[in-house]
Amino acid sequence: MDRVMFFFFFLNGLTSAMTLFIIASGLTLIFGVLGILNLAHGSLFMLGAYFAFQFTYWLGSFWWALIIAPLVCAGVGIILERFLLRPVYGIHITFQLLLTFGIILLVTDIVRFFWGVAYYTVSEPEMLMGALPMLGAGYPRYNLFVILMGILVGLAIWFLLTKTKVGKMVRAASSDKEVANGLGINVPQLYAVVFAFGAFLAGLAGVLAAPLRSIMLELDVHTIIEAFAVVVIGGLGSIPGALLGSLLLGQLNAFGIFYFSRFEMAFMYVLMAIILIIRPRGLFGEEVA
Amino acid sequence: MGTGKWVGVFAALNIRSKLFWIIIAILALALIPFYLGDFLVVFVTEMLIMALFAISLNLLFGYTGLLSFGHAAYFSVGAYTTGLFLLRVSPSLPLAFLLAIILATLSAWIIGFFCVRLDEIYFAMLTLAFGMMVHTILWKWDSLTGGADGLVGIPRPILNFFGLKIGLSSITNYYYFTLIIVGICIFILWVIVNSPFGLILKSIRENHERVEFVGISMRRYRLFSFAISGCFCGVAGALFAPFEMSIAPDIAFWTKSAEPVFMSLLGGMRIFVGPAVGAAIYMYLKEIISGYTELWMIYLGAVLIGFVIFLPGGIVGFIHRKLYAVGEETP
Repeated sequence: MDRVMFFFFFLNGLTSAMTLFIIASGLTLIFGVLGILNLAHGSLFMLGAYFAFQFTYWLGSFWWALIIAPLVCAGVGIILERFLLRPVYGIHITFQLLLTFGIILLVTDIVRFFWGVAYYTVSEPEMLMGALPMLGAGYPRYNLFVILMGILVGLAIWFLLTKTKVGKMVRAASSDKEVANGLGINVPQLYAVVFAFGAFLAGLAGVLAAPLRSIMLELDVHTIIEAFAVVVIGGLGSIPGALLGSLLLGQLNAFGIFYFSRFEMAFMYVLMAIILIIRPRGLFGEEVA
Repeated sequence: MGTGKWVGVFAALNIRSKLFWIIIAILALALIPFYLGDFLVVFVTEMLIMALFAISLNLLFGYTGLLSFGHAAYFSVGAYTTGLFLLRVSPSLPLAFLLAIILATLSAWIIGFFCVRLDEIYFAMLTLAFGMMVHTILWKWDSLTGGADGLVGIPRPILNFFGLKIGLSSITNYYYFTLIIVGICIFILWVIVNSPFGLILKSIRENHERVEFVGISMRRYRLFSFAISGCFCGVAGALFAPFEMSIAPDIAFWTKSAEPVFMSLLGGMRIFVGPAVGAAIYMYLKEIISGYTELWMIYLGAVLIGFVIFLPGGIVGFIHRKLYAVGEETP
């Protein structure tokens, strides 16, 4: 592989890393604050991709979809949190997992009801079509846009968590729920906000990924596994961990296809298993003695 | 024979006695091919296989308190071993089953060795990762497993039972074969959960720190539980391959691992037969609803959510409480 090819593979890895990061940061944030490992996070991603198709079709522009679809996903998130998750915060974590598995089944069939089993594609917006001349060859503009969006989202999350009042409340609630409650933070409301934000991120990732792949059922159960791998590798609840995990997996995806195309997927699970065995709390997670 | 003994027998046969229900269940199941058509016999056969799958998983989930999202792996190891052996090596069912049980137990032992060190979510995640590894291997190792198409045309061979040759190609015969194997396995599992070993598992579930203070190695018992549960999931898989006659890697996908968990929850994870009842209800719901509408998952999802929120003890747990008026057990 020559140097230019190598660089393009690296960019491919970065593209998939950025969508993964946007999904996984929402998942890890929800786990960190609410203590719920949301199996249905992939379903919100899938909804985002279907909404991307639908709004692009209705409004004729991908840009509108990029703005509206994540907001609709956040709305779905608010409904899920209010009516399904809120009653189960006190119960055992096993049952919370099963509940979110129930949500996967619900969302799959709701999507099947509205869109059927056909495959859909969304084309990238006109100004991002084609390739950008680079190093004597060309690289797809849309991929570069996704990388840029990933960086922007990362910066936005960092800003929200460290520089705003809500972000400080979120960090307080994630480190000690009861003390946060005692300090007068409205914890239930905060939970709703965090879940909605996570759903927004999942939807955003869905829209960004839509032009890169075909939109179909089963996107949810495949995506959630990758997102789990990312947050497990990085450490459950850690945003920097999610970034590192997705960068690792993105490159593994990109170069894995080239070097060991048959068992590329297995490497992801092997990596996930090794991390869990030697460092269960992940690379960036706090060690609980 | 004195009258006292007969009084005892009649007393045992009232509605609250377990023996009464066991006899009714065995009779009803044994007579099924006489009053149901072939289509329904096929359905009940699958139900039995899933019941064994769920009860085996529940040894780990309900009794030891560990939620596995990767038990489809041992089910599919059992299924693929049986399928491959029958297709490529020899049409001997006992040998195929023996090999399937050995490989399923071995893989559960090896994977369990790593998993039992972790708790709760981390345990669930690690079983998920290993389960998906098995799925990837079955899916990508084309030359052995047939890749995405899987194994096609698995025979239901003639069973040589001490010189008595029984052809299993008819669904009635395969039904009885399944019933006997599942019956034996469930009986063994029943003995296991009611033994001192089963008590240790339950105490690990309730409080594993205290168990360790008494000098019992928690990991070792968890590993035993993991391996036994994997072994019987393997038997369920071994029964499944000749039953379906073709298998594909999607039986190892992680959503398949969630099914027996779902069944256990539906029936009642704290009661031995709960998962079997849950399996029956699950399969029945799926069959009935998918007869009316394509969208059966939405109803199953709603049922699952309803159970988690309102009835975490499961249906059998609910009836059990009503019949015996015992205190509510919240998980």
